[in-house]
Amino acid sequence: MNAPAPAAGIDARLLELGEELRAEGLAIGTSELLDAFAALAEVGWTEREAFAAALAATLAKSPEDRRVFDLVFERFFFRAVEAAALREGVREHDSERAGTGPRPHDDTQLDLGELRAQIAQALANFDEARMRDLARLAIAALARPDRSRSAVVGVDVQRIRRALGLRSDPQPELDGDDPRRGGLPRDALRRFEELLRAELERAQIERTATLGPARALSELDRALPSGPAADLAAVHRVVAQLRRRLATRGSETRGRHRHDRIDVRRTMRASLQTGGVPVVIKTRPRRPRRPELYVLCDVSTSVTSASVFFLSVLHALHNSFRQMRSFVFIERVSEVTDVFARERAFAAVSETIARDAGVADVSGYTDYGRVWSEFRALVEDDLDPRATVIVLGDARANGRDPRADQFAALAIRARRTLWLNPEPRLYWNYGDSVMAAYAPFCEVFECWTTRQLEDFVNSLAAGAGS
Amino acid sequence: MSALPNTADELADGLSAAGYIPGGEVALVSYLAVRLGKPMLVEGPAGVGKTELAKALASYLGRELVRLQRYEGLDEAKALYEWNYRKQLLRIQAEADGASWNEVQDDIFGKEFLLPRPLLSAISASSPVVLLIDEIDKTDQEFEAMLLEILSDFQITIPELGRIEASSQPVVVLTSNNSRELTEALKRRCLYLWLDYPTPEHELAIVRLHTPELADIVARKLVEVIGMVRELDLKKPPSIAESIDWARALMLLGARNIDEVTFAQTMSVIVKHRTDLEIVAARVGVALATVPQAQ
Repeated sequence: MNAPAPAAGIDARLLELGEELRAEGLAIGTSELLDAFAALAEVGWTEREAFAAALAATLAKSPEDRRVFDLVFERFFFRAVEAAALREGVREHDSERAGTGPRPHDDTQLDLGELRAQIAQALANFDEARMRDLARLAIAALARPDRSRSAVVGVDVQRIRRALGLRSDPQPELDGDDPRRGGLPRDALRRFEELLRAELERAQIERTATLGPARALSELDRALPSGPAADLAAVHRVVAQLRRRLATRGSETRGRHRHDRIDVRRTMRASLQTGGVPVVIKTRPRRPRRPELYVLCDVSTSVTSASVFFLSVLHALHNSFRQMRSFVFIERVSEVTDVFARERAFAAVSETIARDAGVADVSGYTDYGRVWSEFRALVEDDLDPRATVIVLGDARANGRDPRADQFAALAIRARRTLWLNPEPRLYWNYGDSVMAAYAPFCEVFECWTTRQLEDFVNSLAAGAGS
Repeated sequence: MSALPNTADELADGLSAAGYIPGGEVALVSYLAVRLGKPMLVEGPAGVGKTELAKALASYLGRELVRLQRYEGLDEAKALYEWNYRKQLLRIQAEADGASWNEVQDDIFGKEFLLPRPLLSAISASSPVVLLIDEIDKTDQEFEAMLLEILSDFQITIPELGRIEASSQPVVVLTSNNSRELTEALKRRCLYLWLDYPTPEHELAIVRLHTPELADIVARKLVEVIGMVRELDLKKPPSIAESIDWARALMLLGARNIDEVTFAQTMSVIVKHRTDLEIVAARVGVALATVPQAQ
């Protein structure tokens, strides 16, 4: 209750923190900051967890934001402390430099094997305080301060981790009671690396007596630790949006169709209630057009890494669209619509497709020319001028003729043709990629993360009216 | 009406006494919500005790819980208020002759003819309540927009009557399963709390609280197995409620340990899909069979 009144400096500090959070992409408005101040008046500041939690509850409004918040919070206050230390000229006793930090035992020589075992034990138990101490010890033992400490902190972190033999996968060659034998918990490992990084940065700041610019968060930092199920859910969410966009797009009415049309029969019927005077006008309901969708998905070896993502997109599309036909291709095309209709579980679908889609043939290399002609033969008669064709593929023709003319003929028949390429834009048209040959006939999107899939959906909406 | 808590720890104790063991930041954020009078948005996977939290809060604060279960298609009439149409008709017929139109019109749009629905009754209650708006993500954005007025100013505008301001400020808890991204405007007005599956120790405490008779070894093993099952890629991972159910089932069966056979017999308590059952039986069942019993 009797929380201390905010000190003069803290307001400015908090605003700075808010500024940094904004720079990392969090939407923080003035009202959030006001809430944060109000919340801080209610909690004690002596406990780090309570302080951080109160700020997080008011500033970070989703799990993703929370992850960013935690990282920025850590970075911000770490740097604030270091900056203050630099100003005041505080230095730690150079125990670290001499290679003799706080010791686990009384012996003067730091035993590497012992250190390994202790760190592994601390990680297995997720003992935060112990990990922090041991991180300093490990640096003292392994970072070789004078000679080869690299300027890049990340390299040192990985080198130390390797030297300690800390891995998340099981190491059956080790002794039975070694906690590393069954693999260490991934989150503990991650935390330990963070601690190592913080300690190394601290040492670097001390050594050079300058505070470098803050390191921006990388995509990897931001990523929440998630499993395939979470990814699948994300794809499904995006595809649900896609469905709405495709359904409404292009069906904006113009000219006289913009007005409602009177349904004479129903109006007359309704007028009977009012003695034949048409008081209530009945109009014909407008029915939005159902999108017709043809999806072609590349499952060849060159897109192995992306094909799980693609199949999950396909799977999600099937859950959303009724009138949809899907095809997978490598050398030849094969229709898999009924596979999706039969199986609902994603694992079963991908297994079935892998087993008996019958597209692998001999080489396992994509033959786009053949794919286009076969696809045309399959759907020529059904392909509606209102249909949308989506191709999921990397456009790597393996030196074969891309047959862009065939593709163009296909694209002309459909209302829209969209191409999602799982490679970064940088790699297009290098090597055997023939993206440029197809690009004039379709809209091409770079797409290898759910975020890009979302961007693709958004750009569909933005392009409406063209 | 009991007084507001003075510290987060006090609230944590109160929640525990009400049968809800708060983990992580739950107590702190709830404390802030109560103290600051801000709505609290609780997100997390299904079955981690979001609704229970609201119930426990109500019971701890000694307030009535007004609950609005959201579903697609729920409109203002069912959430806010409705005019009592029949009563209005009766009123008109009762003095059909004589009364002028203006009189009747003024009359039939009075408070007397208003049927309060959960939201209106929550803010017009004489003593403060805990308002639980469950599964807010199931509604459309229009409804969210309508909530904004209530959440930020605690008032409702009824066109015929004017503004009705809250006579008491409710503690508002919104829950969401994160099936849809909520609008920024709504999130901005709320304190945010992400509830995830509990840590093993926390879950053990919860199981112990609800089934104190269960043998210690079994409870530990149960929490461990539940953790294993949640790691798998399932359609519906087991919730806390399901671990409690399972604990009760094991207690009734008088299980002394969870081995392969017991697990096979009772796993339908925690896993509810056919495909999930197959996955769990294949992975966890085998794991239980191969790991030698440590005890």
